[in-house]
Amino acid sequence: MQKKKLSQRLFIDRLVKGVVCVLAALTAVPLIAIIGEVLWKGYDQLSWSFFTEPTPTAYKAMMATAAGEPIPGGIANGIVGTVIMLGMAVVIAVPIGILCGVYLAEHSKSRFAKTVSYLTDLLQGTPSVIIGIITYIWVVVPMKGYSAIAGSVALFIMMLPLIVRSTEETMKILPASLKEAGLALGGNNARVILKVQLPAAFGGIFTGVLLAVSRVIGETAPLMFTALGCSMIRFSIDKPISAVPLLIWEFFNDPNLQSLIWGASLFLLLFVLFLNLTAKKIANKWNS
Amino acid sequence: MNDKIFRTILYLAACLMPVVCGGIVYALVTDAFEAFNHFGFLNFLTSSEWSYTDGTERYGALPFITGTLLTTLLALVFCIPFSLPVALFVGEYFKGTRIAEVLSTITSLLAGIPSIIYGLWGFYTLRPIVMSLNISPQGSGILTASLVLAIMIVPYAASLSAEFVKMVPDDLKEGAYSLGATRAEMVRKVIFPVAGSGIFSSYILAIGRALGETMTVTMLIGNTNQMPGSITETGNSMASIIANQFGEADGLRLSSLIAIGLVLFLITAIINLIGKYLIKRARIV
Amino acid sequence: MELINPILEFKKVCVSYTKQTMAVKYVSAQIEQNSITAIMGPSGCGKSTLLRAVNLMHNLYPNIHVDGEILLNGADILTMEPIDVRRKVGMVFQRPTPFPTMSIYDNVLAGFTLNGIRLSKNEREETVESCLRSVSLWDEVKDVLNKKGTFLSGGQQQRLCIARALALKPDILLMDEPTSALDPIATKHIEELLLQLKNDVTILIVTHNMGQAKRISSRSMFMYLGELIEYDDTQKMFSDPSDERTKAYLTGKMG
Repeated sequence: MQKKKLSQRLFIDRLVKGVVCVLAALTAVPLIAIIGEVLWKGYDQLSWSFFTEPTPTAYKAMMATAAGEPIPGGIANGIVGTVIMLGMAVVIAVPIGILCGVYLAEHSKSRFAKTVSYLTDLLQGTPSVIIGIITYIWVVVPMKGYSAIAGSVALFIMMLPLIVRSTEETMKILPASLKEAGLALGGNNARVILKVQLPAAFGGIFTGVLLAVSRVIGETAPLMFTALGCSMIRFSIDKPISAVPLLIWEFFNDPNLQSLIWGASLFLLLFVLFLNLTAKKIANKWNS
Repeated sequence: MNDKIFRTILYLAACLMPVVCGGIVYALVTDAFEAFNHFGFLNFLTSSEWSYTDGTERYGALPFITGTLLTTLLALVFCIPFSLPVALFVGEYFKGTRIAEVLSTITSLLAGIPSIIYGLWGFYTLRPIVMSLNISPQGSGILTASLVLAIMIVPYAASLSAEFVKMVPDDLKEGAYSLGATRAEMVRKVIFPVAGSGIFSSYILAIGRALGETMTVTMLIGNTNQMPGSITETGNSMASIIANQFGEADGLRLSSLIAIGLVLFLITAIINLIGKYLIKRARIV
Repeated sequence: MELINPILEFKKVCVSYTKQTMAVKYVSAQIEQNSITAIMGPSGCGKSTLLRAVNLMHNLYPNIHVDGEILLNGADILTMEPIDVRRKVGMVFQRPTPFPTMSIYDNVLAGFTLNGIRLSKNEREETVESCLRSVSLWDEVKDVLNKKGTFLSGGQQQRLCIARALALKPDILLMDEPTSALDPIATKHIEELLLQLKNDVTILIVTHNMGQAKRISSRSMFMYLGELIEYDDTQKMFSDPSDERTKAYLTGKMG
């Protein structure tokens, strides 16, 4: 048997720790690089008009570039579209998701609930591009056209499993004594859930909703086949509509509009990071 | 609130999940039928031709299945050397400290960045680097896409594996120390064997994420519809061919794209269910 | 023992978790109105299980079965709707369980909210004040009624939970080791409170604290391995227990 010297073993020990620290620290590099690049290239584009004006046409943008002026216009059409579609998706997904999550927490042992639980995992893991195809088949084809409704259906399907999971998990970690105390006072199951358990689970569920919103707000692929995009500010829900990530994709593909990429990305990135940090804060506060 | 009505409402909400999932499978299968019927199921999967000139339409999924598998596997290879140290850093070396908290916040923020922004960063920052290193002339390709994909899945793999590293009981660790093991030896002899199955299953779930990633890959893989000759060449993944062509496709091409979607759905579903199953088993042990 | 004025009667009550293990075995006893009855015994003797059966808490867990009869004012509660039973039977748990999202005020009224009973503003104010007064908490919290119940100390929280149970004017109040999570001073407060309350409500209390049973109860049960071994006047039981096992327990020779 070969025996290693103690000094050698201690050296390896230190080496391993050093390598772990260095490699772990390296994972922060992409985050800093991405935020840095987007901030650096995008901050001077953020202005009042960037948020209030719709995207310029390619012709306008070309003329401006030719004249050596900055490209006019902004991403207002995308912001309006994102807000409309996300709003509709949240309004439907939150109540249904919570009810479904409560069902799973209440009946964790039944066969049906186990199946539903597996399907929730399945839906959560389904690639977003497939949600896009599905919504195209379900909504765009029967409605004979792209629309904000279709876009919000896609976002709804993506948010649903996230809200179901966070509700289920939060309800399951509530102490059993809470439910017993409610029932001991003669409340029926429905009232104890609505008046005692759900309020107590509010923090966890709210965090879940925030994270779900931040997950889907940057989704591009499912919106490409459902909302399509539109260069005007539009409020009708049965017509094609734009969204911030869709605009980024458009800018990326249109050489005339490329200078608008970074402002739009910065807006999206800051919003998503803000949602994430808020969610984390609420979760921490709620856990303590 | 009436208890019976409330129960019924809960039940109906839960029923939506099977309806949606069943609907997905049904819609994909019926709309993919034309393609499978026209080319034959196996033939469709193994043909590497993708041409949509009128009259001589030939569609096969092999280049895209290859593209997806290659990018995913490469991403996994690039991901492990970073996610494993993060898991050890957060779950063992600096467990419960402020610095570990900071690192896990950083990784969770990485997980939150939208994929289109990863794509932009890959395109404008990483691609020029790849070009300047003379790895590939146009910079985009399977390798570039996998590198960014790796960064995107590090947070998933790391946070899940950290959970399992944290769960290794202290008395096992103390046992190893009391026998004179160094920390590195303890990690190798105690943490890896005990948390191994959990760590393994977190990588399965990370693969599940990488398989379906769309925008980043679409922006970086180069979008050529043929079998890639090597990892530095351009190609297309299942998700990226759909993202690229779905909007303009109809008829047989649309059906072929949906067929690719069905294949992608099945692969991710299987990988995810295996991953979730392994995770559940690893949590119990 | 036969009582003149029983409000609650156990008739051959058995509680089983699985087919093989019975947690409570053929317990028969009568509980007298407006008195404090203590249930004692080593941990695992089935005393809490028996108590929880009176509030039909076992209905929450499908694997628990209760046989026999539990008569409340002559009617078998095992055949009644749990919600109706629980309205007449108040329960206070080992750990204080104020509802974390409700204010002190709303906690007292939680029983009405959970039963869907609407009270007028006057009724609400009166109920809150009288219930909090009856647990001598009113003076301590009357200025912070809108604060969350969880801000109170452990003893105050437990008194709040008693007030909450009393608000529904129950026939009987079940207490499952209500002071085991409290410090000695808070415990003394609760004991004094219970002695006042027994004029209005029948109290059935599970305790692992023999001193407590001796101080407050007029009758005591001793349970061991799921069986009711002895049931007698508290004084008689503590001075001259008739069963060897009771004697062993009371003299500290048994857990």
